Amino acid sequence: MSKALLYDATLCIGCKQCEGACAQQNHLPYDDAIAAEPVQSAHKYTVVLTKNDKYMRRLCMHCQEPACASVCPVGALHKTEAGPVVYDVWKCIGCRYCMVACPFNQPKYEWQSLNPRVRKCIMCPDRVAAGKQTACAEICPTGATKFGERDELIAEAKQRIEQNPANYKNRIYGLNEVGGTSVLLIAGTDVEDYGYPASPKIGEKPMPEYTGRVMERIPDFVPLWTLVLGGIYWISHRRDEVAAAEEAEKNGGKR
Amino acid sequence: MKFKLTFWKAVFLVIMGLGLYSSYVRFFHGLGAATNMSDQFPWGFWIGFDCLCGVMLAAGGFCMVGAVYLFNVERLHPVVKPAVLTAFLGYLLFICGLLFDLGRPWFIWHQLIYRNLHSVMFEVGMCVMTYTTVLFFEFLPNVFERLNWKTPITWIHRIYPILIVAGILLSTLHQSSLGSLYLIMPSKLHPFWYTPALPFFFFASAVAVGLAMTIFESTQSAKAFGRQLELPVLVTLGGALLVALWVNLLLRIEDYYHRDLLREIFKPSYEAYFLWIELILTYVIPITMLSFKKVRLSPQLLYFASVSAVLGFITNRLNIAVIGFETYVGHHFVPRWTEYSITLMMIAMGFFLFGLAVKYLPIFAAETEHHAEEPRVIQAAPALSHAGD
Repeated sequence: MSKALLYDATLCIGCKQCEGACAQQNHLPYDDAIAAEPVQSAHKYTVVLTKNDKYMRRLCMHCQEPACASVCPVGALHKTEAGPVVYDVWKCIGCRYCMVACPFNQPKYEWQSLNPRVRKCIMCPDRVAAGKQTACAEICPTGATKFGERDELIAEAKQRIEQNPANYKNRIYGLNEVGGTSVLLIAGTDVEDYGYPASPKIGEKPMPEYTGRVMERIPDFVPLWTLVLGGIYWISHRRDEVAAAEEAEKNGGKR
Repeated sequence: MKFKLTFWKAVFLVIMGLGLYSSYVRFFHGLGAATNMSDQFPWGFWIGFDCLCGVMLAAGGFCMVGAVYLFNVERLHPVVKPAVLTAFLGYLLFICGLLFDLGRPWFIWHQLIYRNLHSVMFEVGMCVMTYTTVLFFEFLPNVFERLNWKTPITWIHRIYPILIVAGILLSTLHQSSLGSLYLIMPSKLHPFWYTPALPFFFFASAVAVGLAMTIFESTQSAKAFGRQLELPVLVTLGGALLVALWVNLLLRIEDYYHRDLLREIFKPSYEAYFLWIELILTYVIPITMLSFKKVRLSPQLLYFASVSAVLGFITNRLNIAVIGFETYVGHHFVPRWTEYSITLMMIAMGFFLFGLAVKYLPIFAAETEHHAEEPRVIQAAPALSHAGD
């Protein structure tokens, strides 16, 4: 069983308390100027966006099979049993492959730092491990962000949509996208309007499979190709040896 | 020795001066100050040129080693040593370039202890590291010859078969894996360049560039170091390049046909313009030229065709690394001058080290193993002494 967050945009009042709680939890600065920033960044892991008086939260989706974790050469990112995708800064070499690989563009970078870190929502892993909910879910005054078991949240999301079909688009974003995510979204508007990638565009295949298909062939390819190369080497040099031996024989015969 | 300032020395010094300043900006003010990379464009010009192109341009090493030692094409023997030298320097500079691009380059060795076997980047890193070591051993006999150390040369000759097979195996792996890096970005990279066949394309283009670069470099060194051009060598390489370009082109057409893009690529669009530049430089010009026997027999025209092909493949890699993401990101990526400056510094260092190696090491002399005729070496010596100019 793994933990997840359900964000219901229809309940959100845009108070941005989740932003503030997130900043406090992660020891980030937060003031009116930062609250007004409409983008995520190295100092803003989550953002509440507004469009036509409708709200939408953005944060790391905590994929069931995260692209960032699969591409990291040093395994600095990994998905915990409990659900959060966490980052071990002491391993990171700063290649930023996680950033380009993430279909949701969640990892951000400390571009101005001399010892830069990758920054993203890590789903309060310490709180989750202690049996508490995430800081954003705890502070949310309307329950728009709800913390719980992924299966239970999916059931609840379905129920909310069923009971109030006029208020919701009939979809749970994150249910199957890139193999499913631990952050689930339901809304009355299209999540794509707020910068989320369209479902058909990212597909339902877990991202690691795209490179996995190639990587899993390497253990077979290496011995096979070594054999082929060694064989070619042996044949082409054997030909020389034979030619040299024949030459020697001929010369020997003449003498 | 008296120092005489020539035009190229002045250019070199200016490039190095600017490069050092840019390095200062990079390491004392951070990536944000030295580059135009951002959260939207986490990979910029350095990944495109220094890494993708750098490794591709160094492919001549494994191509020539493969041709001469694996397939026993004895005719190409004179170009093996310069090709291995180019590759060795190329990989060293690629690693230097990487140290600029990594956010925490001082932890680059983490690859060795925190291994993620699922990561393409990990595989590329390990291959590049091992292959650079292989290239070092392939290059080492030059130093031993110069020092006249006979025994270590025989040691290296004894492990040569292993070095050759390992070198080609590692090159196959990481040249293609550079393409695999992009397989995980199907929703981001433009369909003109995103294809499941990327690893194959990267390998096939590396072979073609390996041939073209060897022609380029032989002609260039002949001019710079006053050597005689080996026409049969160039003719062989030119013929092979033509075949390699055709293979690349057919693979590309096949891929576009399969993905129903054959019509799309002829419709004018931002990406199409860059694709056209790429296709014209890589295929139209060199294939047309090389189809004429007259061209294949003329060192000058061969040189031109090779340069066109190399520029074409460079365009291809930059299209994949930069242009192919611009529509997705929603704005253009324009590198900062410091980014160009550091790349230029790497290239200048490459030329400088190549000249230095040629001047002090028997790169262009026949291998001792093949019983070099002494007079030829002596004859070449006066020309070589100008190598550093």
